Amino acid sequence: MDLQTFWFCLIVVVWAMYFLLEGFDFGVGMLLPFVPRSDAERSTTLRTIGPVWDANEVWLVVAGGATFAAFPAWYATMFSGFYLALLLILFFLIVRVVSFEWRSKSESPRWRAVWTWANTVGSLGAPLLWGVGLSCLVYGTPINSDGDFTGNLLDLFSPYTVFAGIAVVALFAFHGATFLTLRTVGELHARAEHAARRLAIPAVVMGAVYVAWTVAVAIDRNDKDLFPPVLPAALAIVALALAVLFTLRGRSGRAFAMTGLGIVAAVVTLFTSLYPRVMVSSTGFGNSLTVDSASSSHYALAVMSVVALISVPVVLLYQGWTYYVFRHRVGDAPETVG
Amino acid sequence: MMVDAMGALAVTTVDLARIQFATTSLYHFLFVPLTLGLAPLVAVMQTLWYRGGDQAWLRLTRFFGTLMLINFAIGVATGLVQEFQFGMNWSIYSQFVGDVFGAPLAIEGLAAFMLESTFLGLWIFGWDRLSRRVHLATVWLFAIGSWASAFFIISANSWMQRPVGSTVTDGRAELTDVWELFSNRFAIWAYMHVLLVGLTTAAVVIFGVSCWHLVRGRNQELFRHAAKLALIVGLPISAVNLGVGSQMGVVVTDYQPMKIASTEAQWDTCQPCSFSLFQIGGFTVDDQTPSFSIQIPHLLSILATLSWDGEVKGMNELQASEAATYGPGDYIPPTRTTYWSMRIMAYAGTLVFLVFALGALLYRRGSLASRRWFLWLGVLTIPLPYAAALAGWVLSEVGRQPWIVWGLLKTADANSPSVSTATIATSLGVFVALYAALLVVDFVLMRRYARVDPPELGGEGDEFALPAVEY
Repeated sequence: MDLQTFWFCLIVVVWAMYFLLEGFDFGVGMLLPFVPRSDAERSTTLRTIGPVWDANEVWLVVAGGATFAAFPAWYATMFSGFYLALLLILFFLIVRVVSFEWRSKSESPRWRAVWTWANTVGSLGAPLLWGVGLSCLVYGTPINSDGDFTGNLLDLFSPYTVFAGIAVVALFAFHGATFLTLRTVGELHARAEHAARRLAIPAVVMGAVYVAWTVAVAIDRNDKDLFPPVLPAALAIVALALAVLFTLRGRSGRAFAMTGLGIVAAVVTLFTSLYPRVMVSSTGFGNSLTVDSASSSHYALAVMSVVALISVPVVLLYQGWTYYVFRHRVGDAPETVG
Repeated sequence: MMVDAMGALAVTTVDLARIQFATTSLYHFLFVPLTLGLAPLVAVMQTLWYRGGDQAWLRLTRFFGTLMLINFAIGVATGLVQEFQFGMNWSIYSQFVGDVFGAPLAIEGLAAFMLESTFLGLWIFGWDRLSRRVHLATVWLFAIGSWASAFFIISANSWMQRPVGSTVTDGRAELTDVWELFSNRFAIWAYMHVLLVGLTTAAVVIFGVSCWHLVRGRNQELFRHAAKLALIVGLPISAVNLGVGSQMGVVVTDYQPMKIASTEAQWDTCQPCSFSLFQIGGFTVDDQTPSFSIQIPHLLSILATLSWDGEVKGMNELQASEAATYGPGDYIPPTRTTYWSMRIMAYAGTLVFLVFALGALLYRRGSLASRRWFLWLGVLTIPLPYAAALAGWVLSEVGRQPWIVWGLLKTADANSPSVSTATIATSLGVFVALYAALLVVDFVLMRRYARVDPPELGGEGDEFALPAVEY
């Protein structure tokens, strides 16, 4: 495998980690006004993701940095082209970050309601736009022969990309509800289970349609064959179907593993449908950016490969340990060692 | 007259992109130094409790830890903007530099910021989940993560100031030696300077908050502890930082002579050179002689070259030589801005040192807590390190103009061609409004949490039952 392909794969891994991990904390944020009924329950709900959401978000920082470093032309065209969408994403993420920290800083019910909704709006808006934006990579946007984006915000929206955004939101809500059933007790747990049951079928149907549609778009607009994109797509559909099954049978742990696998497989489907291009041009297919045309020099990729091969396993190790430390369910009262 | 006014109104996309970068970066850096400094100091407080068992240090750990978290949240939120806007507003720059500049950014995310964020989560929520020893380790790892993060960011910025370890091939900079990138002499000094600024800022904040509590006669014993720690750290660190900052000037003289000439409003080459403490006029090509100035003979020679009568090149000579090297153009940075930002930085930094020196003297005499005027002075010192740090960045970045990467790419040629003026104006509006709102809330929260009584601990042995923050 050449270094360009290696870095493309690494960026897929980073996006997959981001969607897998931040996916459930986005989902928990979306459910915040609905599943917990009281202020105390809302605090408990936030505590389930409290120790980890910030580190989960760092995967996005890594995705941005890795794209900048390994594929500068991809980073430059995508970030300047999707300008207003990214501005909105930043807005949603900033509001969400401070909502975690600030919600508890006053007893006033109005203050708390404001930051609850800020968290929810941010948790819903950001993945919606990521779904739209990343799907645009394979669907195609206007790019000229200099590799510059020539469209506007509306060029990002097509039936496929909008559906992708909504499907991502639905999947994350389901993923988040499943996570909540694993981390809560009592009535909150019962309501989280109820939410997961209600969300399971619509989310999974949308997820399945999304991966199938992505493969179709890849064949239609990105000159791909049915293989290999159909393989991760099939895996995604099977995993998501199993997630429904486990959810309906009350097997939360397995259901969460399957929503996670389904999301990862969906990310892999998208990027497999994209490769070897990184941004498809809708105005002239020959203008599309590819892993070769957009990449950094061999030396830079080699240096960063060494860093990545050392760092990624270490990161996975200590993040995994974090999840182990906080594996216990969160009750209403402050936890004690038990 | 009318035509001039119209001309001034015709703002370009580059201007707007620059205003946006300046606004968001300076704003981001309002929060960075306190995190860089408080992280190790909170870790020290927790270590003192861990080793000595003195409950006061545990209470102080909690108290200043809360301030650290409120501060850190906005730093995280605004840091993402920093990473995204290179691509959003500066796509030509991003393509040009990605090969070199992208590497430290990617490494920062993966190796440093990840460490920082993960272990902060463990620290906040781990009080009752981890053993005391492991929990202590989490706060240190958080501090190490924040320092490592600063190193990679400063390395990236220092490459823009002094591009090393790279060559330009086919209109793009390419990395040729990563070791040179990270051992850039500019980066080493800038990094030390930033760390010392962080520690100074945290010491000033801890000291100021302690003074406020002492003047109110509240929690005397506790805040005498905190004030002592702040003095022990702040006095030597702020002194050393004056030296490091001045050595930074020598480094800049070696690599960016135009920046130093502009900072000193030195139009003609001089030898020996006197230092201008204050001047009126003398900041533009058409007005090169100040109408009034206070000068110290030989001081500029010493500061810039470390010799009694070293030569400092003037802007007129440098302009001619740069135009000969790089082609016609204006190579002089906005001199009024560089001149005053340097002086705000240096004067504020010196004042901070003097306050610490006086504080240490009073502390030695045992009269710190009874000198009300001095305690109020301690509170009023809090804005000074912030002013110094922001002015320092203005100096560093404005002084680099017209270059975005020194000698390789001009700022005016680096913005995104596909992004319109209206789009940048929209985003600038969004950021200014959002950031202003965040600043107000943050200030109110910091003020409130700096003034509350530190949390009392419950009965014996149950300090672990207290969450550090509550959701």
